[in-house]
Amino acid sequence: MTRNTNRDTGAGAATPALDVEDIHKKFHGLEVLKGISLTAYDGDVISIIGSSGSGKSTFLRCINFLETPDAGRIRVGGEEIEVRQKRGSLQASDRQLVKLRQRLGFVFQNFNLWPHMTILENVIEGPVQVRGLSKKEAVEKAEALLAKVGIDSKRHAYPSHLSGGQQQRAAIARALAMDPQVILFDEPTSALDPELVAEVLGVMRGLAEEGRTMLIVTHEMGFAREVSNKVVFLHQGRVEEQGPPGKVLVDPDSPRLRQFLSSHLH
Amino acid sequence: MDFSFELIIDSLPQLLAGVGLILKLVAAAVCLGFFIAVPVAVLRTSRSPLVQALPFSYVFFFRGTPLLVQIFLIYYGLGSFEVVRNSPLLWPILREAYWCALIAFTLNTAAYSAEILRGAIMAVPFGEIEAAKAIGMTRVQAFRRIILPRAFRIALPAYGNEIIFMIKGSALASTITLLDLTGVARRIVARTYKPVEVFLAAGILYLIIVYGVTWLLKRLERRLSITPPRLPVKAEDAGPV
Repeated sequence: MTRNTNRDTGAGAATPALDVEDIHKKFHGLEVLKGISLTAYDGDVISIIGSSGSGKSTFLRCINFLETPDAGRIRVGGEEIEVRQKRGSLQASDRQLVKLRQRLGFVFQNFNLWPHMTILENVIEGPVQVRGLSKKEAVEKAEALLAKVGIDSKRHAYPSHLSGGQQQRAAIARALAMDPQVILFDEPTSALDPELVAEVLGVMRGLAEEGRTMLIVTHEMGFAREVSNKVVFLHQGRVEEQGPPGKVLVDPDSPRLRQFLSSHLH
Repeated sequence: MDFSFELIIDSLPQLLAGVGLILKLVAAAVCLGFFIAVPVAVLRTSRSPLVQALPFSYVFFFRGTPLLVQIFLIYYGLGSFEVVRNSPLLWPILREAYWCALIAFTLNTAAYSAEILRGAIMAVPFGEIEAAKAIGMTRVQAFRRIILPRAFRIALPAYGNEIIFMIKGSALASTITLLDLTGVARRIVARTYKPVEVFLAAGILYLIIVYGVTWLLKRLERRLSITPPRLPVKAEDAGPV
């Protein structure tokens, strides 16, 4: 097995933070994922790129069972999520799902903040309800996270009063509040006005520098190149090429990737 | 025709007692109905036909038949079974018109409210439910913390309508001897042969009740509202002039 990370060293590095193996998914007979595997070690920042329809978002959603994969294995921190095969798709118990999802943060393209709660309430909801933290503890932590993503002044505002960029930063704080081992980003800047993209990417860059483990489905090639240590190119439901960004995004082997890049750079 | 304001003034205390009965009946029915409506609505959103069967039949019956028929079935119908009449538990309740009306109103409004709430649950944006799942909530937690609080807000305008329908539907209580506003009015008319004055007064009182309830609901809606304050339209969004 080759590792492309230049971040993690030390004894614990042998166990991947996230190990996804051979994920398959069909929608109404159409095979969207044809066996995708991916391994992320602590501190890895992996960008997943590909044209629309390549299956990159579906793959990310399959990892935390927002889509139910038809086949495959998922290990988080070395622990395998127990599933059973039922009517052509994988079934996991509620308990397994809750465990899996607590360890994986998820940031959506459309933020999906809960509009009936203030920003602070959005961020403490998971820690209080799911992890059972005291409200005081959760609030302290949430305020630190909101300060980190730069919107602590908005903590008592409702999501609808925030700009898209601020909402997405709040959504990132909400994911961070659960102390996830890995954070999955599903096109986090695609729904933003162009002038708001930078503030969200800035927050994500900060997280990468902190050594957070991140999987990012993105169209921001410049960001992928600069921040990630590994890039995975999906094409028609398969991993077409992967490797360090300096190679994959600059001098790709696959003609399809070359074509994709020429239409996405500049 | 000589219009008698005096009669209106004289009947007012009795009519107001009728208003009191309406408020009591409708408030009780709406509150009790709400607690029935929530589980019925949640079960109605289940994908399992087995789970759906019972709440579906309930809603189907109570929405598909007139409230008057439901009142009669409970007041006259149940009492014709000897088992009911001999039951020391049921009979003291079911022989009272008041309780029969309350039961009929409750079951009726619960069925309508359940459908309103079911629609609202379906209207909660899917992404918000996914966010609840993604953070590790169980189905029960997602319902309690995200889906139902959102659905109540979405349902509120339609639910307010249902309360107003209930207020007006309560006039049917007068058919089983209850002296609600309509019942009182009918009794006074029978005594005085002055339908214009009395029913006009009753109508105005209904208007006042409905207006008051509408006002309360508006305030509640505004309090729970989550839409941003209206901002001036940006020039580029305004479109061609």
